[in-house]
Amino acid sequence: MTRLVAVVALCALGACSDMSDQPKQRTYSPLVGPAQTPPDVVSFLYSEPTAPPLTLALIERGQQRFRIFCTPCHSELGNGQGMIVQRGFPEPPSYYVERLLKAPTLYFVDVIAKGHGTMYSYASRVPPADRWAIAAYIRALQKSQNASAEDLAGAKTEAAP
Amino acid sequence: MGSVFRPAANFWASLALLLLAVAFVASSLIVWLWPHSDYARRANWAPSQPVPFSHRHHVTGLGIDCRYCHTAVEVSSNAGMPPTYTCMTCHSQIWTKAAVLEPVRNSLKNDQPLVWRRVTDVPDFVYFNHSIHIAKGVGCSSCHGDVANMALTYKAKSLTMQFCLDCHRDPGPRLRPKNKIFDTSWTRDETTPAPELLLAEYGVPQRNLTDCSICHR
Repeated sequence: MTRLVAVVALCALGACSDMSDQPKQRTYSPLVGPAQTPPDVVSFLYSEPTAPPLTLALIERGQQRFRIFCTPCHSELGNGQGMIVQRGFPEPPSYYVERLLKAPTLYFVDVIAKGHGTMYSYASRVPPADRWAIAAYIRALQKSQNASAEDLAGAKTEAAP
Repeated sequence: MGSVFRPAANFWASLALLLLAVAFVASSLIVWLWPHSDYARRANWAPSQPVPFSHRHHVTGLGIDCRYCHTAVEVSSNAGMPPTYTCMTCHSQIWTKAAVLEPVRNSLKNDQPLVWRRVTDVPDFVYFNHSIHIAKGVGCSSCHGDVANMALTYKAKSLTMQFCLDCHRDPGPRLRPKNKIFDTSWTRDETTPAPELLLAEYGVPQRNLTDCSICHR
């Protein structure tokens, strides 16, 4: 009888946990990871030295990533008057200064990866392919600020509402 | 010899039996329903954190995108908690003397991560993947609530299995257009495309969404 009560009591103890906290018995360990690095993996700070082909998709990806990571300081216009700057962050240079208009596109890619002045590195937040996309969008921004009516030949030229 | 029980004893005995029955039913109901209550699920409850981080200030006030800090949400099962380095991207320059940010500065100085208390959790036997939900048109706020307007972050939904299944059985009405996924105050209105259109656009498979192995592996 005592034994039966003990068994029932032990079984009842099993109801104390709903198994919500049940970590894996064999957790991931880098030691058992792939022995060979997969082919398209690059190192953390690596910047592809040659630009990917310039497509509309690349610029649109760049615009999306630019609005996530860059606009807080550089603003959507790229003039360096973003919200964080308005709240006291040192003002970054506008993309439309002579020095940056002449800089090679790789320069922007490198600054994203390594940071510059008070700007921290974005290597862990913006993967290498996206750095080129953002750089392409910055180039598009620069062009937009110095464009003339002739540049729009063939494009839709309707007055803004 | 007089009787042992007085006539009133009949009444007390019946009352005791009735109360016993009521107590049995009530305690069964409590045991059954308690785990599903918002209190037991810690819903609407903001745990104390090492730094009283305000999503309302950073997202609504400053306009920072969710993905600025939760960088992995589109590509990984885990949305990604930002490292201290991300906080210090701005706070190395602004609010550098704020006492409330002392733990953040110490974290960077000592190379020790901040230990945040988890707000939203699913049991360890549930395999939740953020990236697929983002890719198929489920917004942050469907599970996390209106985070952009939370002064302190709290768990907004109960996240019971019933909660997950409500959507997995009928995902259409919860899907939203691509540009609204990170807008946590979004609600469906007359301009939102019909559920069938969104289901088709995202290619949501409706055949197996309630399979056990979709979430339990």
